[in-house]
Amino acid sequence: MNGFDWNAAGDALPLLLEGFRVTLLATVLGTLVAAVLGLAVAVAGRAPSRLVTLPVRAVTEFVRSTPLLVQLVGAAAVFSSVEPLTVGVVVLGVHYAAYTSEVYRAGIDGVPRGQWEAARALSLPARRTWQAVILPQAVRNVLPALGNYAVSMFKETPFLAVITVQEMVFEARRYGAEHFAYTEAFTLAGLVFLVASYPTSLLMRKLEKRLGH
Amino acid sequence: MSDFFSTLLDELPQVRAGLWVTLQATVLGSLLALALSFALGLMAGSRLLLVRGLSRTVVEFFRGTSLYIQLFWLYYAMPPLTGYELTPLLCGVLAFGLNYGAYGSEVVRGAVNSVPRGQYEAALALNLAPARRLRKVILPQAWVQMIPSFTNLLIQLLKCTPLLWLISAADLMTVVQQVRDRTGETLTAYLTLLAAYFVLAYALTLLMNLLERNAKRRLGLETGPGSLFRTRGAAAAGGVR
Repeated sequence: MNGFDWNAAGDALPLLLEGFRVTLLATVLGTLVAAVLGLAVAVAGRAPSRLVTLPVRAVTEFVRSTPLLVQLVGAAAVFSSVEPLTVGVVVLGVHYAAYTSEVYRAGIDGVPRGQWEAARALSLPARRTWQAVILPQAVRNVLPALGNYAVSMFKETPFLAVITVQEMVFEARRYGAEHFAYTEAFTLAGLVFLVASYPTSLLMRKLEKRLGH
Repeated sequence: MSDFFSTLLDELPQVRAGLWVTLQATVLGSLLALALSFALGLMAGSRLLLVRGLSRTVVEFFRGTSLYIQLFWLYYAMPPLTGYELTPLLCGVLAFGLNYGAYGSEVVRGAVNSVPRGQYEAALALNLAPARRLRKVILPQAWVQMIPSFTNLLIQLLKCTPLLWLISAADLMTVVQQVRDRTGETLTAYLTLLAAYFVLAYALTLLMNLLERNAKRRLGLETGPGSLFRTRGAAAAGGVR
């Protein structure tokens, strides 16, 4: 029992912040993958043929119901020649796409029927209907929910440390092991998360209010 | 039969022990989370600012710091700081319970708020004591609203249990990975593991659907048989993950 060593905390902080840049990078890239892939999945889920919609639904359900950690570790083991950060970003993105696709689906369902009919009456081709009529309205409504998933993903980036991506928690573990200062390293890492995620979730709440949810 | 599955069969007692650890962590963790959800969620509706503030602070703290860090903190950082050492399983139960209790309290708060105002007023007019008002009028109605979100949180919690592997509790993931190390069949091993968690998640969803049907019956709401087998709805608008 040796209490909290403030000097060790001071030593660890620069290393943690170095790792935090990787954490942010993974979050931003993972969110991008989830945002784009989720939209594609949501639109594919609206395809006229069941040959498309059923497999899409089955895969999303499977990805959504299985642990991110197993997906990460499994993918990293199978694609062991690929760089860990790339594997991590893709797996994070795919996992969250299973969630964001549901968000988009709700957003698309929320677009009034009259909008579809109007697009039909103007005989817009399918592509234009989606691009110029449906999606701009759908995406606007789901922005806060997407933002919340980005915050969730941010809090799950420590999983990447398991597949040796050198993000903040990886650095915390390394510092903890080298200096036997796990207490300081993990306490600081937790505080950094709190400081970063609390204002973001406040911002999301404000955005939700402004968009009238 | 492939090498992996025959080894898995040979190690059946081990696998069963691992499954048991995973189930224990899930069930105990979610019971703790449930208790905390109600405590913190009801506190959030208190008239006293101090009680509301306390609930808010605890919730934001456990939601804001990552679950992963909470678990590691309990396992690595707490023993040198306090002198107490917990077993890995207990660390898991505590971390899962605290983290998901914080998320669950928002569910309780929202559901209690969604019970129509007239129900409070009617209970008040009937001169029910506050505890009876809550137990007999408000909570049975709020409970029905809570179950779908609780189902989502329960599955989330199940999906976090492989973290136990990292703090050397011999859970399902640990055991299957040991078999994989021995046979070298990486893809088969991880696909099997994913399938196992999928089955567990689906079984839990079914149980929760039963619970929801039961709760609805008590309110006199009938549900069709199809409702039992449906999968989880997405918690889209709330962004509860």
